[in-house]
Amino acid sequence: MTEYFIRFLVGGAVVSAFAMLGDILRPKSFAGLFGAAPSVALATLGIAVYQHGADYAGLQSRAMMAGAVALAVYSFVVCQLLIRVRLRAAPATLLALIVWLAIVFGLLGVAGGQA
Amino acid sequence: MTPVRVSLSPLRESRWTEYLIRFVLGGGVTVLTGLISSTCGAYVGGAFLALPAIFCASATLIEKHEIRRKRNAGFDGTWRGQQAAALDAVGAALGAVGMLAFAIVFSLTVDRSVAAAFIAASLAWLISSVAAWYVCREMRSARRTRTPRDGVIGRKAGRLPH
Repeated sequence: MTEYFIRFLVGGAVVSAFAMLGDILRPKSFAGLFGAAPSVALATLGIAVYQHGADYAGLQSRAMMAGAVALAVYSFVVCQLLIRVRLRAAPATLLALIVWLAIVFGLLGVAGGQA
Repeated sequence: MTPVRVSLSPLRESRWTEYLIRFVLGGGVTVLTGLISSTCGAYVGGAFLALPAIFCASATLIEKHEIRRKRNAGFDGTWRGQQAAALDAVGAALGAVGMLAFAIVFSLTVDRSVAAAFIAASLAWLISSVAAWYVCREMRSARRTRTPRDGVIGRKAGRLPH
């Protein structure tokens, strides 16, 4: 239970710091870089190294590559939903999560032998 | 001359509940990745390190701020808010390039030194994200502008503002 409380505090602090940095930077497209900052990764990998060692964190970072590729496609889909379909931000970002999950599990399935 | 600048006004516009939402969301996603890793294994859990939950919150907040600003000026602001969120999405797509670089560098260096892996991966994220953004920006500028002999092309309708 203490582990998850520490995860919550560390994750919340790192994500808030990156989000505030994104808030104050202009232009907006540059600030958007911080929307895809590895804030959760920094917090989680730090805890993973401390608890399970470097090999465990290395395995997580290899799977993270699939998540990053999916994130690029996800962001493109969100942009299209906002500009072409004219959805609002909340439904567009939530609907596109289906795309992110499909790509992630597709890529993990393709590279599944490494797990 | 740098095209990137700092503006502190968005910090004054934000409400404390918005900061709280981000903190809870960030903490929640970090707990979620830990739970997924412990139930489904480190490999599946690792993919969730790139879960765009934070982006969902920030894009929604950006849209809300832009709409509020336009409504205060007497306009509807909905379309402008969607454009602002879309620009954030463009930045996130470029940031994903940096996140990929982060993951590659971290996985290659963590066996040798943990501290060096974190520093090298963070630098890889920063350099590749900024480089991707800069290249994209230059390409857009080149596409928008022709040489004086060809004349100048205006911004196409429906295109995102800078």
